[in-house]
Amino acid sequence: MRVLAIPGSLRPGSHNRALLERVRELAPAGVELVPFDGLKAVPPYDEEDDRQPAPAPVAALRAAIADADAVLIATPEYNASIPGVLKNALDWASRPLATNVLRGKPAAVIGASTGMFGAVWAQAEVRKVLATIGARVLDAELPVPLAHETLAAGQPLDPQLRDALAAILDALLAEARRDEALAAAA
Amino acid sequence: MSTTVPAELTGTYTLDRVHSTAGFAVKHMVVATFRGRFEDVDATLRDGRLEGAVRVDSIQVKDENLAAHLQSPDFFDAARHPEIRFASEAIERTGEGDDVVVRGELTIKGHTHPVEARGTLVGPHEDIAGNVKLGLSLEAVLDRTDYGLSWNAPLPKGGFALADDVTLTVELELVRTEA
Repeated sequence: MRVLAIPGSLRPGSHNRALLERVRELAPAGVELVPFDGLKAVPPYDEEDDRQPAPAPVAALRAAIADADAVLIATPEYNASIPGVLKNALDWASRPLATNVLRGKPAAVIGASTGMFGAVWAQAEVRKVLATIGARVLDAELPVPLAHETLAAGQPLDPQLRDALAAILDALLAEARRDEALAAAA
Repeated sequence: MSTTVPAELTGTYTLDRVHSTAGFAVKHMVVATFRGRFEDVDATLRDGRLEGAVRVDSIQVKDENLAAHLQSPDFFDAARHPEIRFASEAIERTGEGDDVVVRGELTIKGHTHPVEARGTLVGPHEDIAGNVKLGLSLEAVLDRTDYGLSWNAPLPKGGFALADDVTLTVELELVRTEA
């Protein structure tokens, strides 16, 4: 089972990238968390460019989503909302809306910030966007505040946070397995 | 509830799909009424009890993106819950002309609740080909959030994009296939 792990920020040392890495370490046997590193290459959305063949970075994004059984997004929060690059990528992924690669795809959102609120508003907005696109969005959030301390390199993961991350991953995998069972029965 | 099946409703009536429809209406943007329908409708009236189902993926609205949204987990979740189902108790004539009341259980998106539909039952009537037919028109109002269809969007100047109350209507033409 493949889970596409998309960090909503670009810098290599991003806390949300680190958060996804912690989730990867919790993945059970048979579950692969595949990091998506192509966000920076996705061009600004322009309907004039939204044609076949899609720009290569967009095609790569869509293919990565299509190949995954589920999507896990870890978002930071910029000005109480979604980082532009992440929203831009989701806008590209959502086209064409009726048949886009995220439609029906199990998806979960987590987030980390250096402040006290753990990107909780950005998570809510990413969930709203994903639901509008047609994904099967987990009704759960996981704000990780003080990320520079909590997720510092070499710092053991807080047991409560570890359990919460494992629970979200479990719930996401349960949705993906349910889809797999429905597809097998069809 | 104990009810007596009207004598003319004994036997089995099956649906004439071409001449039957199922639809919904809901207030949209506070002021307007938005309507949609389901293309794939099935129903059987057996000894006065109505059973019916519609395929969620047969939803018909005037925009493919809206149709996709209505089938998504935000609304009907067609992938997980492909059918809307209804099973009634015996149809009751109210004594006022053709008026009837039909009580039953409606299942949408895995949620089952009792509903009461009102309308008319016309017939039985023998058509020119000798078929015995009934016309059943029903309407029920329900709160869509009871069935897990809770999507909404607050409007900048107040109110919500979509009302919670939805009116369901069916217009069924039924043909007697067993006496």
